Amino acid sequence: MSGDYDVAIVGAGPAGGNAALAAAQHGLRVLLLDEQPAAGGQVWRAKSSAILAAPATEESTAGTSLRNRLAQSSVTHLSGARVWQMSQDDGWKLEVLQGGSSETYTAKKLVLATGAREYVQPVPGWTTPGVIGLAGATALFKQNLRAPGQRTVVCGTGPLVFYVASEIRRLGGTVAAVITPNARMDWACATPALLHRPALLARGALWVADLKLAGVPIYWQHAVTGVDGDTEVTAVEFAPLSHDWTPEASRVVIRADSLCLGNGLIPQIEAAQMLGVPLTHDAHLGGWVPRAAPDGVTDVAGLYLCGDGAGIRGAEAAVHQGTLTGLRIAADMGFDTSTARDSSRALWARAARFGRAMTALSIPRAGLARLSKDDTVVCRCEGITKAGITQEITHGAGSCNAVKSGLRAGMGPCGGKFCQTAVAQIICTETGQDVAQVAPPTARPPLCPVPLDAAAGAFDYHALPIPKPAPL
Amino acid sequence: MIRLVPNHASKIKRRDKVGFTFDGLRLEGRRGESLAAALLQAGHLNLRTAPFGDAPARGAFCHMGICQECAVRIEGRTVEACRTELTDGLVVERVS
Repeated sequence: MSGDYDVAIVGAGPAGGNAALAAAQHGLRVLLLDEQPAAGGQVWRAKSSAILAAPATEESTAGTSLRNRLAQSSVTHLSGARVWQMSQDDGWKLEVLQGGSSETYTAKKLVLATGAREYVQPVPGWTTPGVIGLAGATALFKQNLRAPGQRTVVCGTGPLVFYVASEIRRLGGTVAAVITPNARMDWACATPALLHRPALLARGALWVADLKLAGVPIYWQHAVTGVDGDTEVTAVEFAPLSHDWTPEASRVVIRADSLCLGNGLIPQIEAAQMLGVPLTHDAHLGGWVPRAAPDGVTDVAGLYLCGDGAGIRGAEAAVHQGTLTGLRIAADMGFDTSTARDSSRALWARAARFGRAMTALSIPRAGLARLSKDDTVVCRCEGITKAGITQEITHGAGSCNAVKSGLRAGMGPCGGKFCQTAVAQIICTETGQDVAQVAPPTARPPLCPVPLDAAAGAFDYHALPIPKPAPL
Repeated sequence: MIRLVPNHASKIKRRDKVGFTFDGLRLEGRRGESLAAALLQAGHLNLRTAPFGDAPARGAFCHMGICQECAVRIEGRTVEACRTELTDGLVVERVS
């Protein structure tokens, strides 16, 4: 067992990083765990060591600032460290995989700042090499400063689609087209919220204006319906959408060697779910969210949540919620932090309102499910098609858990992280339930793939307990 | 042409190139970049075949260590190419 800490924090993005800093400022012993090579999360992901020099961006500047402050603090930061199991006994016990072996850490308080992943609506050909997630593309830009291909189609909801298209152009790539299910009117409706953040509004407007000047076609209220090519992308097919995002009959085909595809962010809730935090459904926060107060407090004693993992509100809200959570933990451990918490809470509320409005643009409408055809692979790991899942539901599987145990959809290496939203959506279509009635499957350890030798650790073969045979 | 978003490609300075192999092919990439990015830059997007079905091609998808689609084998271990740093002489094999 290695080290006993006051606070262990899982995730070193804007939320986890700031929670760590706030707690450490009050003299608490803080352990910050993150699976990436450096702190920053997805939004402030650090450049790889392959980059000697590059122009700064807003994201890189914010990330550098967080990494510098962490380096100057008393926080113990383990990078490349994956937490694959957590349990509560007297305090918290965490199993952490780092550099091919697993170690146990303990802490009095636990913060989950696990962030988000993205929802990608399965379409024919989405498993073709060269098709990557929209958020995945941002990881490629920020860490490696590489474009996804020579000629890329960018398709998705919300502001991310324009950010990705703009970054491809900044890195010297070519954007073949921008395709978004949102109509111009959706953005007009979001304008009141945007006016509270004029800098971001201006940045978004610049991305769109640049695309227009460059002659990049922007297809509003359209979506990608299929990808051509078996081993590589050769063309992308798309269609106009009706008001509820049902694809219409006409098709447009555009030549491309790569596609970035995404339909909004969803909170990474598995760890919170596993530890017993009740879930609620709120489409404006990205779907199923674990219940947590603005200062991170949950129904589970000693467990706190902050950032996008507790509902998609964006990086700025995550910063303030992280600080608020760190301060709340310090208060729970006997320090007076009430004044600082009041100001952080006001900043969080303002940022959170804006975040919700942005997330609202990405809520998948009912018709989007029709992009998946009967023979479209829904569970990538196990190669399970929509028709297979539909049949399982027809035979009586009325929940994500039932589909999972019947078909293994969600039991592959990714642990269901890229199919469960689509599975829930198919259950809704087949049974007439609302998405808020179809709970995600039970979360179980390990939270990520763990090599068996690392999980087992070093042991003497002769020390293995062999149970007595059952009496005949 | 007027660009509102500048092209920064020429302002990015990268480390020296190093050699590595993928499935026996000799390739080059930048030391320290993610293996998934190095393979992409070398034109190798098709990294493996899907474990089930009629073995269709798969490649890096999430680029953040979740989807496991970029799994490759290095020194007998299955690792994610997107979470592996490129080093000189790295020997990378397909998982299947």
